[in-house]
Amino acid sequence: MLKNANNKIKSPSILEKLIDFPGNRITLNIEIEMIKITKKNIEKKLLEAIKKAETELPKDVVKALKKAASTEKGLAKIQLEAILENVRIASKESIPMCQDTGIMTFHIEAGTEFKYLVDLKKMLSNAIKKATEEIPLRPNAVDPFTGENSGNNLGRNIPHITWELTSGKECTIHIMPKGGGSENMSALKMLNPGKGLLESKKFIVEHIIKAGGKPCPPTIVGIGIGGGSDICLALAKKALLRKIGERHSEKHVAKMEEELLELINKSGVGPMGIGGKTTVLDVHIEYAHRHPASFPLGLVLQCWADRRKTIKFTKNGSIKVI
Amino acid sequence: MKKIKLQTPLSIKDVKKLSVGDTVFLSGKLFTARDETHKKMLELKKKGKKIPFNPNEMALFHCGPVVRKEKNKWVIISAGPTTSIRMENFESEFLSTFGVRMIIGKGGMGEQTLKALKKTGAVYTHFTGGAGALAAKSIKKVENVYFLEELGIPEAAWILTVANFGPLIVTMDAKGNSFYAKIKKERMENLKKINDLIEKNQPPRH
Repeated sequence: MLKNANNKIKSPSILEKLIDFPGNRITLNIEIEMIKITKKNIEKKLLEAIKKAETELPKDVVKALKKAASTEKGLAKIQLEAILENVRIASKESIPMCQDTGIMTFHIEAGTEFKYLVDLKKMLSNAIKKATEEIPLRPNAVDPFTGENSGNNLGRNIPHITWELTSGKECTIHIMPKGGGSENMSALKMLNPGKGLLESKKFIVEHIIKAGGKPCPPTIVGIGIGGGSDICLALAKKALLRKIGERHSEKHVAKMEEELLELINKSGVGPMGIGGKTTVLDVHIEYAHRHPASFPLGLVLQCWADRRKTIKFTKNGSIKVI
Repeated sequence: MKKIKLQTPLSIKDVKKLSVGDTVFLSGKLFTARDETHKKMLELKKKGKKIPFNPNEMALFHCGPVVRKEKNKWVIISAGPTTSIRMENFESEFLSTFGVRMIIGKGGMGEQTLKALKKTGAVYTHFTGGAGALAAKSIKKVENVYFLEELGIPEAAWILTVANFGPLIVTMDAKGNSFYAKIKKERMENLKKINDLIEKNQPPRH
């Protein structure tokens, strides 16, 4: 029972029993640990997650970049090697891997019984403010009317949070710092439903070829199909939360992802638009049912610096940064 | 496809030796400038006012860095290139006004800049987009910063001393050649082939 308590606490009821256990130092430590889960502690973890997102590229992306570097030659190889060396330095020295530390994008799956649901937005804002000073991040929040930079990455409607409510006490926060160069290459296309899927594929390939080196390839392509103009773009962004190589759960959607991946990589855009076989690392598609008269297509690109981090608050009160 | 080490100030002769596809590692001085800085410097010049540094002696770096003040000194934390095409409106005038010999950016620039590079004797080089930590590693010193209060950290003109800054790929040279024009044609041909494949992949309609 104590050994178990040292590592993990399964439920609050076990904790209560342990605290009741007389004269045991270990149980006291656990008590302190549990008290530590406060607003302040959550903010600390959020700050840690933002820092990790900015300085450490996820393993799946590094693996994909290494694989690409081994297949490319000449200038394309030079680009990928520079990227990998850059990723190595950033992680070793704990500095942002790109000077465009992005705009913080949050996708939250929150249980309605999660204790800090109401406070979360404020906590995220506090963590961003601190991260801007401590990591540091580039101040990237500008008033579109006055041109004034807020200086702390906070501003009107920023950070933006996409909420998904679930039942229970758990909460998962996906953090995705999104750079401006790739975001500028986003697209919305309202297609003719009669040839929706066919025209989607043609539009996606043409768009990525025309974007060339601007979104910092090799990119990850997020596609949203259906819903409406806003929904398809939100889905496209959500699709970017998936790991490289992670296919859609439905076979026919997964098949289209693989088809697009292969087709786009025949374009010759290559790393940084310098030419080569690796234009995109993966294609992820999400969809919603559509209006019979509409076929909305949303496209969002993520640069090679595919920065992602997830924080999980489990129902027994622990916080994990994944 | 040569590998070349260069030192600022660069002469017209230095840059005329460079061809599309060459890789350069640069040592010496850079100044950063994005849209607002280009606008600001050209405005100052038009008003007959002095620019507080000499752009002719340095390479122009399209970059908005992450910086931090440590013990009263500025330190560059991360400094990769920004998308150069945003500066297309200003660049030909900027090159002829200030005599900049080398641009460092990403994604390439347009026709107007290509003409100006040839006319004024300058090259455009491409640095790996997003490689901010790699760039920061070869920045040895922040010499000065101008327009900081007015334009903010990303847009200010940061004067930097660098050693072996690169790899910089020459993608637009001083002889009128552009790597981008060549690949644009190739890619449009590839697009046609891919579209044919998409049509072929279509399952037959019931």
